[in-house]
Amino acid sequence: MANVLVYTEVTNGKVKPVSLEILGKLAGQNADVAVFGDIDADQVAELAKNGANKVHKLKGDNLDKYSPEGYSNALKEFISSQSYDYVFAGATSAGKDMIPRLATMFDAGMASDVTSFNFDGGSFNGTRPLFAGKCLAKVELTGPKPHFVTIRPNALGMTEGATAGAGEAADVNVSAGEIRALIKEIVKGASDKVDLTEANVIVSGGRALKEAANFKILDDLANVLGATVGASRAAVDSGYAPHDMQVGQTGKTVSPTLYIACGISGAIQHLAGMRTSKCIVAINTDPDAPIFTKADYGIVGDLFTIVPILTEEFKKIL
Amino acid sequence: MNIFVCVKQVPDTETKVTPNGDGSYIETSSIKWIMNPYDEFAVEQALLVKAANAGSTVTVVRVGGVKDTEALRTAMAMGADEAILVEADDNLDSYQIAKSIKGAIDKSEKSADLILTGKQAIDDDCLQVPQILAQMMNLPSVSVITGFEMNGTTVSAKREIEGGSLEVYEVNGPCIYACNKGLNTPRYASLPGIMKAKRKPLAQYTLADVGVSAEDRRVKYSNFQLPPEKPAGKKFDASDEANQASVVAEVVGLLRNEAKVI
Repeated sequence: MANVLVYTEVTNGKVKPVSLEILGKLAGQNADVAVFGDIDADQVAELAKNGANKVHKLKGDNLDKYSPEGYSNALKEFISSQSYDYVFAGATSAGKDMIPRLATMFDAGMASDVTSFNFDGGSFNGTRPLFAGKCLAKVELTGPKPHFVTIRPNALGMTEGATAGAGEAADVNVSAGEIRALIKEIVKGASDKVDLTEANVIVSGGRALKEAANFKILDDLANVLGATVGASRAAVDSGYAPHDMQVGQTGKTVSPTLYIACGISGAIQHLAGMRTSKCIVAINTDPDAPIFTKADYGIVGDLFTIVPILTEEFKKIL
Repeated sequence: MNIFVCVKQVPDTETKVTPNGDGSYIETSSIKWIMNPYDEFAVEQALLVKAANAGSTVTVVRVGGVKDTEALRTAMAMGADEAILVEADDNLDSYQIAKSIKGAIDKSEKSADLILTGKQAIDDDCLQVPQILAQMMNLPSVSVITGFEMNGTTVSAKREIEGGSLEVYEVNGPCIYACNKGLNTPRYASLPGIMKAKRKPLAQYTLADVGVSAEDRRVKYSNFQLPPEKPAGKKFDASDEANQASVVAEVVGLLRNEAKVI
């Protein structure tokens, strides 16, 4: 049995779902959680339900907001006082930024963006996509411990009926140490939607949208579905959408439950970024567009007429 | 200022990736290599900083195979002054690459005032090297930057996080910045630039020269394989206006009752 620490983030009072996905898949190991600052009792209960034994609430000066150095210094101090074999975190913005630095503080290795794993006699054994998902490989870690792993959101899925843990929460005092790269302010994005990498439903538009203003019809559909809107590289390079909306090899790799591709032909670099979506719907005028080879449901037709009908149809049932 | 840019050479984004015979890596014999697309933003930012700070030099560092030196030649053709190549296999892990880069920078005997990299390499997609290098060199780092402004020795950098929000960092002194698309518009190499690049200095080291060995490997890969193919889906023709409504209704019904995703 391995001793595992799961680092979790809290946004808007809730732990990130990826942390619960990770905990659910750690059945058979001893799993604790670390979080910065306070966390509500109902969230501790949620962590415990998914298998968390101890919930360590790390507190100290200059830790009220994220900084790569402050958070990794503090986690280093805490982890050094314990005996964890593995440290897991979600492959979120902060996780991707901070965990490599933290791992290097222990001279240890890290597996990024893992999409499935198991423990073979206490040893981590994972699978991760490379080349934006054009291929998969088995990944193992070697060298000094603890070993570090980040998990792609939405990839593991929730575990129904996970073995509950004790869920004992306690404060731990830690120090942020020297912070040289400091956040002065946070500029909120235009969208209040969940990020593409964590979204459950994505409506994406391609070059066929013809201009930025036409993304409005995708927004309408997305609002009905509670979806986040994405774009192909062709749409981004043509200036119809900002880069943070780009799905594909030079954008974001996504794995929602439902991906609706509108007017996207399906270049290899786009398919690589969204092929792990559980269900793909494609709308395109060209019946031979490569996107149809990856679609569960393909509609050959003009997105400008099909999408509004789709929006109305979803309104009827949602 | 001594500016270092770390670049990687990766298969072109249009490459169809195939696992090699024993699944230890991918088939690399017929690949078209390019500079990692995110590294172009790093090279461009370095050249912009150099232009604003007379007497600066831009040194590009790359760790990888020597069969093709496309990435370094491109960077020097764009305007970088010199290059360092650490010869290695193309499948080192992030820890080994970061340690090699640190070793190469140490070898140059220049103290790095600014280090720029791409936010991630599009081959292994790890997003680790900039942060590992920062920790190894005891420097701060800001990753996934879409904004960079320098005033004297102070830099204001914008880091993209979830939902398109931006963290605005202020950093004084040497730091590593990992660049994202949208930071700038990389210049094309001019013909004279390409000719000049051929005469620019290129130092070449082995892994042993920079103090890196197989013992430094932390991540072991095996069993490279193509992702499972999905079974063929259902395709509906809605090009005729008359049946659009019924097709859409049918697909929505399937999403609810067959795929059970709505």
